[in-house]
Amino acid sequence: MTNWIDIAALDDIPQRGARVVKTSDGCVAVFRTADDEVFALNNACPHKAGPLAEGIVHGKSVTCPLHNWVISLETGQAQGEDDGQVTTYPARIENRRILLDRSFLRAQAAA
Amino acid sequence: MTQKLVVIGAGMASGRVLEHLFEANAGYDVTLFNAEARGNYNRIMLSPVLSGEKTYDEIVTHDADWYEANGVTCRFGEHVTAIDREAKTVTGQNGTVAYDKLLIATGSAPFIIPVQGKDLPGVITYRDLDDTNAMIDAAAKGGKAVVIGGGLLGLEAAAGLAERGMEVTVLHLMGHLMERQLDESAGFLLRRDLQNKGVRIICQASTVAILGETHVEGVMLEDNTGLEADLVVMAVGIRPETRLATDAGLEVARGIEVNAQMQTSDLDIYAVGECVEFDGHLFGLVAPLYDQAKVVADSLVDEPNAFVVKELATKLKVTGCDLFSAGDFADGDGREDIVFRDPARGVYRRLVIDDDVLIGAVMYGDTADSNWFFGLIKDKTDISDMRDTLIFGPAYQGGTPLDPLAAVAALPRDAEICGCNGICKRQIEDAIAAGATDLGAVRATTKASGSCGTCTGLVEQVLAVTLGDDFVMPAAQSICACTDMTHEDVRRMIKSRALKSMPAVWQECGWKTSCGCHVCRPALNFYLLADWPLDYADDPQSRFINERKHANIQKDGTFSVVPRMWGGITTPDELRAIADAADKYAVPTVKVTGGQRIDLLGVQSEDLPHIWADLNAAGMVSGHAYSKGLRTVKTCVGTDHCRFGTQDSTGLGIKLEKTLWGSWTPHKLKLAVSGCPRNCAEATCKDIGVVCVDSGYQVSIGGAAGMDVKETELLVQVATEDEVIAVIKAVTQLYRENAKYLDRIYKWMAKVGLEWIKEQIDNPQTRQALVDRFELSQSIYRKDPWAEHAADKSESYQPLANLALEAAE
Ligand code: SRM
Ligand SMILES: Cc1cc2nc3c(=O)[nH]c(=O)nc-3n(C[C@H](O)[C@H](O)[C@H](O)COP(=O)(O)OP(=O)(O)OC[C@H]3O[C@@H](n4cnc5c(N)ncnc54)[C@H](O)[C@@H]3O)c2cc1C
Ligand code: SF4
Ligand code: FES
Repeated sequence: MTNWIDIAALDDIPQRGARVVKTSDGCVAVFRTADDEVFALNNACPHKAGPLAEGIVHGKSVTCPLHNWVISLETGQAQGEDDGQVTTYPARIENRRILLDRSFLRAQAAA
Repeated sequence: MTQKLVVIGAGMASGRVLEHLFEANAGYDVTLFNAEARGNYNRIMLSPVLSGEKTYDEIVTHDADWYEANGVTCRFGEHVTAIDREAKTVTGQNGTVAYDKLLIATGSAPFIIPVQGKDLPGVITYRDLDDTNAMIDAAAKGGKAVVIGGGLLGLEAAAGLAERGMEVTVLHLMGHLMERQLDESAGFLLRRDLQNKGVRIICQASTVAILGETHVEGVMLEDNTGLEADLVVMAVGIRPETRLATDAGLEVARGIEVNAQMQTSDLDIYAVGECVEFDGHLFGLVAPLYDQAKVVADSLVDEPNAFVVKELATKLKVTGCDLFSAGDFADGDGREDIVFRDPARGVYRRLVIDDDVLIGAVMYGDTADSNWFFGLIKDKTDISDMRDTLIFGPAYQGGTPLDPLAAVAALPRDAEICGCNGICKRQIEDAIAAGATDLGAVRATTKASGSCGTCTGLVEQVLAVTLGDDFVMPAAQSICACTDMTHEDVRRMIKSRALKSMPAVWQECGWKTSCGCHVCRPALNFYLLADWPLDYADDPQSRFINERKHANIQKDGTFSVVPRMWGGITTPDELRAIADAADKYAVPTVKVTGGQRIDLLGVQSEDLPHIWADLNAAGMVSGHAYSKGLRTVKTCVGTDHCRFGTQDSTGLGIKLEKTLWGSWTPHKLKLAVSGCPRNCAEATCKDIGVVCVDSGYQVSIGGAAGMDVKETELLVQVATEDEVIAVIKAVTQLYRENAKYLDRIYKWMAKVGLEWIKEQIDNPQTRQALVDRFELSQSIYRKDPWAEHAADKSESYQPLANLALEAAE
């Protein structure tokens, strides 16, 4: 069962940018691509927990700002030689508003 | 009845007329006068004779047998002194001859500047074989030559004399060489190449006197510079030789006036060549003279024909100075310029387009495609379909994608490939022919690409072109996987095709990804804002987080905050404000940096706009400790306090920091000013360092003390602070415009050479233009990003939402 909650306006995040959503168990990074798709991932790089929301967004990937690992926004998987994965959460856009699934909070809380 | 044709002057034009006439079996009985004691020869080949590449015999166009076979009465070595139009006779030094038709082909006479000493032995002009021989004789004795005039003739004379071992100086009145054929950029490259051949060049040099008692000894310039000279060659211009025509009462303006049939105001008298003026035009190159010659010959046999003025192209016959100029390349309303430069290879191309038609072209360094461009000019071809790729030449037309190999294949054999070691394509091709079939072997045998390595790609391309399928090209060192192009290629495209947005670059350069990546986007963002400061809007999303958030990210995701302390000077109030901010935002670490200022480490992203606002309120601005841009200007105490200080190093450092701050550069840019050579500010290991000395300021560049430790090299010594500031702005701009992203100055310098940088900075116009472009860019970027973000973007530093509260419910 999904339970979408309205987080913010799409335009609160620049294209090819990200902002974080604070939760009781850390931050989730919400990304907006050039094609106006949104993705939500844990804001911690699988390498050394770099803040992915501060990375450079390109295509459907983000490059971690600390040591340049490239992470797929769709799968959370590190690309290329690097090995690791970030948790991803359902996210979507409705009427130019960003919606996240409330259940991710529980997942966060349970983790 | 055969008619009598008398021809005055056996030059390049009349030689052509006679050929056409005899081919047409016109039946004229020809008498040919020539003041020179010889018949027709190829005058333009005097330069190869001077330089020793050809002999006189090789350049004779018509020999004694030819004149005899065609029944020409030769009166060589005889000056014609008068024309009697009533009697229809011509009088030479040895007697008079009657004509039915007369052809005046007296060419032109070198212009001699009316200065004292112009008649001294050892002062010669450059027009005929006698002049050439006089120069060859003078050069045999060695010594110094001064050539007055930096046009086509003067430069060919200078190169020839240098070839023969003389120490040559060229004096040129204008700001750059061959100013009528070349624009400044090409003029600069030409100057550089000639200087590399040992020819010294002084522009804006006005000769006031030629010195000497019995023989020339020197030349004096207007600014009282004296130059020693054993030989002076005057090549300041030519003037049509019209004296006979004027005396005979023909209509003469600057030249002898002719109609389209080349008839003078006396219809039985024709004129051809450099002595004529047609429709306001004078002529100084052979191409139009050949057209005229055909018209004269046709008119003499009553064939209808008319002379029309066509576009002209100029080339210089100096080996290694490949230049080409054609048409009209002055700036003008509605005219569009396409420029392509490769400073590393010394290649420059400029096309001027008016209303979809190419009207002018200037090329230097790589002139392989010049004929194609000249064709487009002459034919007035509509170029709208190929405008985008026009500058790259014919190899790129017809829908073929950009293929760097075609350009390399088209390079002339003496095009320099490896700038560091002076290796040209020929040497690489020869090495390949001798069995060097891979990069390592070429490098081992020729040294090409063995130094700074920037030409590695080109060397590989020469290998690929020469060996064809036998050579497997290693992946070119492209910027990143998004493109096959190198940084240099892309920078060229951005400039030459006026690409002013990131999508334009992606589209036009065939990016393979939709929107680049973290490697190419920051580079492109810099290139675009550096090349188009007014047109391009900076893209924060293409910047590394430090530059996006104007703070250095730390390993735990917090940030560091470094306010400016101009020149390392602070005040108790500033220190108090910093202390207060550290308390208020619970800054865990306060550290004095290596850049003479204070770092507040461990600030939360959300707090950044607030701490900045507090620091702003105390008068402090961003220190850009995070930027590929101006960092700090370190100073020492200088004359204010120090017993050894020679100048106000602190004050100069502050001025420099205030003028340069905010500017973006290919990599970080650090400066220092030391008050004396004890160098307490460590100026000689900065990107740009100033060491004050009694007589002024030594500005040196290319230092570093990071992964590589480099000492700076002297760029220039100047006398005043204003000059220091101008030089530093200029060199910063040059670096901004030319360097590859993430090359510090020392790396860039290794590629283009300190000499090249020096020449740009030494040239007053170039320096000023760089300063102006720097200031233009600073009108946008010299501002405090902290204040702006604190005011308008504070919100974006906060979390998008805080669900922690909700979850806690
Ligand atoms: C704060 C400071 C160290 C200090 O506590 O003194 C410092 C800190 C950093 N330096 Fe530095 N450098 C500092 C002076 C220097 C100096 C000394 C100097 O400038 O006189 C050098 C050697 C001189 C030079 O640059 O040639 C220096 C050579 C480097 C290098 C190597 C650059 C190179 O071309 O080899 C890097 C790496 C880079 O820029 O790519 C670097 C990079 C960094 C970064 C930005 C690393 C990063 O990307 O996160 C560090 C940021 C720390 C932070 O979070 O704030 N830092 N760094 C100094 C700040 C100076 C300032 O006030 O702006
Ligand atoms: C060193 C040099 C290099 C050049 N290089 C180039 C080049 O690369 N490309 C190019 O297009 N052009 C070049 N030119 C220019 C080109 O040579 C001239 O445009 C061309 O020679 C002019 O031809 P002309 O027949 O009008 O005159 P000329 O070739 O000068 O012939 C005129 C002849 O008339 C004779 N004469 C003059 N008055 C009298 C008189 N009263 N009685 C009898 N005889 C008389 C002169 O002695 C002379 O021999 C060069 C010129 C020089 C000097
Ligand atoms: S560099 Fe010279 S002026 Fe500066 S502190 Fe050292 S000794 Fe004094
Ligand atoms: S923490 Fe992300 S790459 Fe190292």
